[in-house]
Amino acid sequence: MATGQLFSRSTQALFYNYKQSPVQRMLDFDFLCGRETPSVAGVINPGSDGFQKLFFGQEEIAIPVHGSILSACKLHPTADVFINFASFRSAYASSMEALKQPTIRVIAIIAEGVPEADAKRLIAYARANNKVVIGPATVGGIQAGAFKIGDTAGTLDNIIHCKLYRPGSVGFVSKSGGMSNEMYNVLARVTDGLYEGIAIGGDVYPGSTLSDHVLRFNNIPQIKMIVVLGELGGRDEYSLVDALKQGKVSKPVVAWVSGTCATLFKSEVQFGHAGAKSGGDEESAQTKNKALADAGAIVPTSFEGLEATIKATYDSLVEKKVITPVKDFVPPTVPEDLNAAIKSGKVRAPTHIVSTICDDRGEEPTYAGVPMSTIIEKDYGVGDVISLLWFKRSLPRYCTKFIEMCILLCADHGPAVSGAHNSIVTARAGKDLVSCLVSGLLTIGPRFGGAIDDAARYFKDAHDKKLSPYEFVESMKKKGIRVPGIGHRIKSRDNRDKRVELLQKYARTHFPNVKYMEYAVTVETYTLTKANNLVLNVDGCIGSLFLDLLSSCQMFTAQEITEIIEIGYLNGLFVLARSIGLIGHTFDQKRLKQPLYRHPWEDVLYTKYT
Amino acid sequence: MARKKIREYDSKRILKEHLKKLAGIEIGIKSAQVTEETDFNKLVEQEPWLTSTRLVVKPDMLFGKRGKSGLVALNLDLAGVESFVKERLGKEVEMSGTKGPITTFIVEPFVPHKDEYYLSIVSDRLGVDISFSECGGIDIEENWDKVKSIFVPTEQTTLTNELCAPLVATLPLEVRTKIEQFIQAVFTVFCDLDFTLLEMNPFTIVDGTPYPLDMRGELDDTALFKNFQKWGNVEFPLPFGRTMSPAEEKIHRMDEKTGASLKLTILNPKGRIWTMVAGGGASVIYSDTVGDLGFANELGNYAEYSGAPNEEETLHFARALIDCCTANPDGRRRALVVGGGIANFTDVAATFSGIIRAFREKQSQLKAARVQIYVRRGGPNYQRGLAKMRELGTEIGIPIEVYGPEASMTGICKSAIDYISIAA
Repeated sequence: MATGQLFSRSTQALFYNYKQSPVQRMLDFDFLCGRETPSVAGVINPGSDGFQKLFFGQEEIAIPVHGSILSACKLHPTADVFINFASFRSAYASSMEALKQPTIRVIAIIAEGVPEADAKRLIAYARANNKVVIGPATVGGIQAGAFKIGDTAGTLDNIIHCKLYRPGSVGFVSKSGGMSNEMYNVLARVTDGLYEGIAIGGDVYPGSTLSDHVLRFNNIPQIKMIVVLGELGGRDEYSLVDALKQGKVSKPVVAWVSGTCATLFKSEVQFGHAGAKSGGDEESAQTKNKALADAGAIVPTSFEGLEATIKATYDSLVEKKVITPVKDFVPPTVPEDLNAAIKSGKVRAPTHIVSTICDDRGEEPTYAGVPMSTIIEKDYGVGDVISLLWFKRSLPRYCTKFIEMCILLCADHGPAVSGAHNSIVTARAGKDLVSCLVSGLLTIGPRFGGAIDDAARYFKDAHDKKLSPYEFVESMKKKGIRVPGIGHRIKSRDNRDKRVELLQKYARTHFPNVKYMEYAVTVETYTLTKANNLVLNVDGCIGSLFLDLLSSCQMFTAQEITEIIEIGYLNGLFVLARSIGLIGHTFDQKRLKQPLYRHPWEDVLYTKYT
Repeated sequence: MARKKIREYDSKRILKEHLKKLAGIEIGIKSAQVTEETDFNKLVEQEPWLTSTRLVVKPDMLFGKRGKSGLVALNLDLAGVESFVKERLGKEVEMSGTKGPITTFIVEPFVPHKDEYYLSIVSDRLGVDISFSECGGIDIEENWDKVKSIFVPTEQTTLTNELCAPLVATLPLEVRTKIEQFIQAVFTVFCDLDFTLLEMNPFTIVDGTPYPLDMRGELDDTALFKNFQKWGNVEFPLPFGRTMSPAEEKIHRMDEKTGASLKLTILNPKGRIWTMVAGGGASVIYSDTVGDLGFANELGNYAEYSGAPNEEETLHFARALIDCCTANPDGRRRALVVGGGIANFTDVAATFSGIIRAFREKQSQLKAARVQIYVRRGGPNYQRGLAKMRELGTEIGIPIEVYGPEASMTGICKSAIDYISIAA
């Protein structure tokens, strides 16, 4: 490579702080140029390792991800460009670390707003160690047909349009990234295209200056003419003036310094770029343009005249046979990204997941269309949220209050039942909260906690078929099924379950209709004739009352009610409620630092009989 | 990085606090700030020395040459200070061709002194320049040949005696060490607190300790994230003479809050060519071009947006700008140039959607002011953005000329000028 040549078709970079889009754009550019290797050797994401899947043409490739700059540099000793997408806060530390790696020669810093003192330290280190810093506050740069930094030159369409997939004869440098891209279009219109373009960034002290790059371009044989777009503010253009005066630049330089409008402003104005300030006369665009022209640069009379000036300069170089325009070719087609194609309406793709209960895409998340702020401001309860997320509608408060009562009543039933016992044993085995919780939840089923669902199913079926309590109970007996929701270990006719009484009282006061519960009571009246403890228990009560809730609130069709009972909503209610207790037991055991549980031998019957 | 001038009051406050913290040097300066809101009774409670010492008062407005302009009053009592302030507060003065009202004063103890030293530290690309003179004060420019300067390269993080020697070599022995240590300490403060300029003209010696009488400072405001505690409640005032219209102030406040860049400067409220341009580089060139075409007198504003502002931000930005552009319709034609280069990564359709909403909202205003809109932009998703602009023109019945990357960037400036130049 010629002195001053920073990039080639085999240049590889390390990309700091992974961003999908610029990396993919680099790889697409590579493919367009017919590069054999991707220009990104690896990605550095502090603290993470692995790989990123990206496209190289039609194929997917895995780009390694490294947790530190040091390890990335060790593993990719030939990657000599470091592209830094860190924020302005951390850009200095990561850039300095990268500069200190012997394998890194060039570093591009994208962040805008890097403190001046930080930039100065990077400049000093780079100078002392013969390294090149592009930026901060830049989009980067591009060597046509060879290597591209990040988002430089924008979309693939633009890259193709500007013929950046193959080298031309023009070296270009400017402060502005946006204007670089604009100028690549201009160069494609009036010359055989760009050889290399660099945006140095709009800061007061860019890591490398306009003249640094012009001097580099002067050494690169393929570059036949140089275009410079400067800007008011700062004295950077004067080092170019000096270089021109000293005869250090032998190639034609077309230059324009923008900001002639600054004289229109009455007081000091900060333009878009930090370095662009209407300061003293020396830093004005007019003075700099004149100085450049006096030093031998070809300076148009306005920006509008720049294109024609470039064309005239190029044409005369072609005439003098300094430039032989490169032959054009058609670059390969890079497959379009699915997302981009969808966005532009070219293709459609089916979705793979449907969701109907909530939406988190807008200003604030919604539950069944109700925004989070309404839920808080209107004092919604857990029952209301369940109503929205499970039933997709706002049930009246008396219903949601009932749901909350069920949760309160089912939250726990002591440490000895299967679920709590499992959670306790798991907690004592030193497992984490989620393991303890699920080990308890996994016991819920036909024998433990499943009775509410079953009670509702059987009561509904019997009631809707208009079976008398006698017919219902006896038909169950024939099938060998115990009537779910009936029967209690302790409670009896004369010692009723307080919870059942409270729920019944609430429903009778607030529900428009309690026909299922009344039916369950008639069943209970019949079963009590058989045994004293065959009372309507809390499961049967909740199950039957839930049927009343669904059928009497006028908000569900018969079909919906059947579905709710079939797919296990009531079991869901129990799972949700009991999770509260299971978590409580888990914390209780952990707080008490209980040791590993081992069931005592003497409590096990060891026998060979089966 | 952007360098921002700060008030003398803040410069001294920061210097005093951090000379003590970083170098253990206690300087005896005291300062009080006086503005329109100042209640002198309360001020005396906070700064009791105001009633026990003779005082100096001067405007604290980021301009120099106050002594030469007769704006410094020496050896007053507090009542004298009050009447000095009262006579000048809010009154317009002209300094080096810039006019503006005086809004802020600094009041300090009057320090009779003989020696006046000059010290300045200025950041440069490869280091800092430090200048020092024994002949400071208001005639520093006449005595410039007596100023000694050194250059400290960035790698040099402390100012060693060797480096400092050329500045202080000719000082009398009894003050040499004191002043040398002081310069070294001020250099440390300068570096540690991200100053880009710090000047004392003059400082003197009081009770054997250096004492800045007049001071100015500039901070690098991009270093705010690491210095907000060290800087304290520092103010970044506008340059002297630059007042902000409500619209400019609104955009300025938005700009300070967002990661994107939003700039608006009104040049001529009665101008008939208004610009809203994407990109720091391109925006300057659009203004240049209007001037090059001989219509600088009709240019209403400078405006720039970049760094991918979101839809809400471009909406507010465009609203404010349209309000300025359509103010006081006078029956004459106006043009609004929505320009930009070819974006690298900004989604053109996304940034346009906020602008389009603003146009739709304010269509009757635009019509009343006879505004025609000229659009030119390229970059990701530009086809969609431009199509939406064209549709909008038909929808709201305002002519919108729309161009993409195939057209030259500044061609619409000429179109806009042609439109406003038609007499009818």
